[in-house]
Amino acid sequence: MEGSRLVKEFTKGLWKEIPPFRFVLGLCPTLACTTAVRDGIGMGLCLTFVLVCSNVLISLLRKVIPAQVRIACFIVVVATFVIIVELVTQAYFYPLYMALGIFIPLIVVNCIPLGRAEAFASKNTVIYSLADGLGMGLGYTCSLTALAIFREIFGKGTFLYHHIMWSGFEPFAFLQKPPGAFVCLGLMLGIMNLIGSGEK
Amino acid sequence: MGHEVWTFSDYIMLVVSGVLVNNILLIRFLGNCPFLGVSKKMDTAVGMTFGVIFVLTCTGPITWFVEHYLLERFDIVYLETLAFILTIAVFVQLVEMVIKKVSPGLYRGLGIYLPLITTNCCILGTCFYNIRFKFGFMPTVVFSFASALGFGLALIIMAGIRERFHYARIPKCFQDTSIGLITAGLIGLSFFVFAGLAK
Repeated sequence: MEGSRLVKEFTKGLWKEIPPFRFVLGLCPTLACTTAVRDGIGMGLCLTFVLVCSNVLISLLRKVIPAQVRIACFIVVVATFVIIVELVTQAYFYPLYMALGIFIPLIVVNCIPLGRAEAFASKNTVIYSLADGLGMGLGYTCSLTALAIFREIFGKGTFLYHHIMWSGFEPFAFLQKPPGAFVCLGLMLGIMNLIGSGEK
Repeated sequence: MGHEVWTFSDYIMLVVSGVLVNNILLIRFLGNCPFLGVSKKMDTAVGMTFGVIFVLTCTGPITWFVEHYLLERFDIVYLETLAFILTIAVFVQLVEMVIKKVSPGLYRGLGIYLPLITTNCCILGTCFYNIRFKFGFMPTVVFSFASALGFGLALIIMAGIRERFHYARIPKCFQDTSIGLITAGLIGLSFFVFAGLAK
């Protein structure tokens, strides 16, 4: 019984409630950090780390945090882990840190960690919160990677900075530009809805 | 943007750049969640716009003071993220309490947007940009205001278009957010026209 619920909490983040498609949260990094596959994966993993750690800590503290000031407490917890991520990427993954730029500190106002803290971690035990955070984080990473693969291959003709398209290939520069990100995400969301509506 | 003395035309260029060329929503991708969330109706969009303009024009300079007179002084710049988000959260909470006491009418119009503004990344993002671009005090004030104005402009254009969606026959799977994102992309494309005006 317990094992099956654990699996359910983990897998719901991967398809059934996959962010940012199923509920539209955390859009800014989805649009800004997906011009290259490396940035997409990097951003996804940064967010996964923050989400897992904040979910576990908030779940541990859920009986201590007073209900009136819970949002402020959640923000402080999330911000702490964001600072850790910021310092670690700056020290060990400097090109990624430069590419993501302002969007690493902005994880703190990304709605996903706060949303999961409010909706899940503050009501459930540690182990389920861990599974939930991991599933949601990896689901988010998958979404970002999928969008980044599409935008990098067709927008630049490269994959992880290696040229993979034929020599006469003319890249669609539109996909690399900011409006291309919006259109691309909108189309992906529509296709996801189309697939999802067939399931019911 | 490394010059020391700012002339009036520099400020004008900064406003043009902030509002049109580097629009915070469409080109810099900050604040997209409220952008899609509140742009379904014109009156909510207008309420949100005034809320953001007020809060951002105040928190931009405040976080600038926090950075230069608190964090740098005690050499704890690595706590920037935490300090800024707390400053914004406290300020928004304070404004909410003051408005509630002083003007209940304004509170009914603006109050429900204030908690949302804390987690609006265009506020925190602009505060970070003020520091990253190494702005002095006056440029910080002007840039914060211009950013908020750009946010409001994009939001109100979007709300105007989205209200017309009722009369359009959109395929079922593309309704709501999906078509909203595609529309945002097209608005962003039209903002590219301004690219030559300022850097």
